[in-house]
Amino acid sequence: MAYILLRHRDIPNLNKIDVYKQNGGFEGLKKAITTMQPAQVVDEVKASGLRGRGGAGFPTGVKWSFLPNTLWPHYVVANADESEPGTFKDREIMEGNPYQFLEGLAIACYAVGAKVGYVYLRGEFWQIGAQLDACIAEMEKAGYLGDKLFGTETSLRLYTHLGAGAYICGEETALLESLEGKRGQPRVRPPFPAVAGLYARPTVVNNVETLTNVPLIVDKGAAWHKSLGTEKSPGVKIFSLSGNVEKPGNYELPLGTPFRELIFTHGGGVPNGRKVKAIMPAGASSSIIRVDDTVADKVFDTAMDYESVPPLGSMLGSASVIIVDDSVSMDWLINKTIHFFKHESCGKCTPCRDGTYWMQHIVERIREHDDPTNDVKLLKMVASQINGKCLCALGDFSTMAVSSAIERFPEDFQVKVKATA
Amino acid sequence: MLAEKYPDEVKQIFAKYPADRKRSAVMPLLYLAQREEGYVTKESMQDIADLIEVDVTEVASIVGFYTLYHDEKAGKYRIQICNDLPCALRGADQYVEALCSRLGTQIGETTPDGLVTLEAVMCLAACDKAPMFQLQSGAGLSYHENMTVEKTVEFIESLKKGGGEGK
Repeated sequence: MAYILLRHRDIPNLNKIDVYKQNGGFEGLKKAITTMQPAQVVDEVKASGLRGRGGAGFPTGVKWSFLPNTLWPHYVVANADESEPGTFKDREIMEGNPYQFLEGLAIACYAVGAKVGYVYLRGEFWQIGAQLDACIAEMEKAGYLGDKLFGTETSLRLYTHLGAGAYICGEETALLESLEGKRGQPRVRPPFPAVAGLYARPTVVNNVETLTNVPLIVDKGAAWHKSLGTEKSPGVKIFSLSGNVEKPGNYELPLGTPFRELIFTHGGGVPNGRKVKAIMPAGASSSIIRVDDTVADKVFDTAMDYESVPPLGSMLGSASVIIVDDSVSMDWLINKTIHFFKHESCGKCTPCRDGTYWMQHIVERIREHDDPTNDVKLLKMVASQINGKCLCALGDFSTMAVSSAIERFPEDFQVKVKATA
Repeated sequence: MLAEKYPDEVKQIFAKYPADRKRSAVMPLLYLAQREEGYVTKESMQDIADLIEVDVTEVASIVGFYTLYHDEKAGKYRIQICNDLPCALRGADQYVEALCSRLGTQIGETTPDGLVTLEAVMCLAACDKAPMFQLQSGAGLSYHENMTVEKTVEFIESLKKGGGEGK
C-alpha cells in the first residue's frame, strides 16, 4: 500500500516544494479555501473519524468544533514537542514530508478561523525548525501562506517556536505557557484551551501526525479515510518500534494491525534468540503488558487500536511500542522510567514532584538490598499516592510502569538468591 | 546588547508574536544570547528582561527550568548522550561507560582542553538509532546517531581540528 503519511519513502525529495506540488500538494488547502466554508471543513474531518495521534485519541473534528465564535482571535498550535521515550514519528514526518504537515496546519487554521498558527518544536529539533522556517518561506513565496490566499480574503501566517528541553511541554497547557514565554507548567482546567488557550484566546492544539492526515482527508474525502483502519479507529498510524527488536523504526500501518505483524513481520523479532518478556505500547508512560508462554498468542494477536489495547491492561497512546526481552529485569526498567519522570516533573504539584523523588530513592534501595519486600510495598504505596492527584497526566504516567511491573512481574521484586561461590 | 549585536534577528523574533506579547520572545532571545559563549550571562539576562519588559528574576527562572539553557560556562561543545529506556535497551549505558573510560572524562565533566563536556540526557526521539548523542554548542544542535565509541572518538578528533559539526 502506498504511504499516506510517510510519503517521502515512496517519493524522493518530497521535502522540496515543487516535488510536493507535483504530487498533489496543496490540493487540500486549495479545495478547503476556495470551495468550502470553514464549518464544512470541520464537518468533513469529524466525519472522517480522525482521532488525535498524540496519545489521547480524541476526535479531531470534535475538538475543532469546541472553539466559541464569540471570542477572537483563534489560534492553532501544532504540538511538535515529541518527547515520550520511544516516540520518534513526528520527527520523521517533519524531516521527510514537511509540506504535508504544514498544509494540514494551514487547513486547521482555516477551519477554525485562525489567522496565525504556531509550530511548537522541542528545542532538540533545532535543525527541523530551521527546515520548517525555510518551508514556510517557500509557501509564502508560492502564495500558500500570506494574504488573499487563492484570490480570497483569507490570510494566514505560520511561525515556528523552539522549546528548550522539557518533556512537560508536550502537555498542551504547559506548551501554551511555554509559548507565552513562561516556565512550562500545566494550567488548572477548566478552562480548556478551546476556550482560553494561547494568550487566553480559543486555541486548538494538535499533534503533528494528526495534522499531517488532514490534507488528504479534505482532498479525498471522509469516506476514503474511513475505509482504512477499523470502524472506531479509522486511518493509518505510525508505530514507532524500539527496544529489543532486530529492525527498530517507524512503521506506517492501518490502525488495528496486530502486534505480531509489527514486531515479527516488520520488526524482524527479538535479537539473540531471546523472547519477548514485555511490551510497552505507549512509551515510558505505559502500563507494561506481560508476555509469557501462557498469554503470548493472545497478546501478539491483539489489534493495535484505541479500543483493543486497554483490555490487555494498557493503552495505545502515541503507539511508541517498546519491546523488552527476557534478559531485562523489571527493577532495572522502572529505575529508568522513574529517573525520567523525576527529571521531567515540572515541580508544580507536590505529589508528582516529591513522589517521583521518593520513588527514585526507593527503587534504588530495592535494587541494592537482598530483601526488598518492605520497600516494594512502600514503592507501591507512594505510586498510589501520586496517581490521580496532579494537575496533568505526568504524575499518573510516572506510576504506570511502576505499579504494573510490581503487580505483573512479582518474580523480579523478590528476595534475591545469592549465587554461591 | 542583543538588539545592537543582532538587530535583524531580534526584529524577526519579535515579529513572530503579537506586539503586546513580547514575553513570548524570551526563549528565542535566550538562544541568541547563548550563541557566542554557549551560556547565558547575568548581563544577557538583564538585557533580555529589559527587552521583554519583565523582571530579570523571571528570565533567570526560564533559564533554570529548561535544560538547553545554561548559566555556566562548560566545554565549547556539549555531547549529550541519551541513555533513557529505549536507548538503554540498545546498549546506551555500556556505550556511555566505555566512552567515559576511553576519554578519561566522566559524565558532567569537561575534557582537559576545554573542548567537550559530556552529559547524559533524557529521550531525544531517536530511539531506533541508539546509541546516539546530540551536540550542543552556541551555534545550535545536531544529532549523531548509530554511534560507537570509535566513531565518537573520531568525531571528537574532527571537532579538535575545527572540522565543523557536520556528520
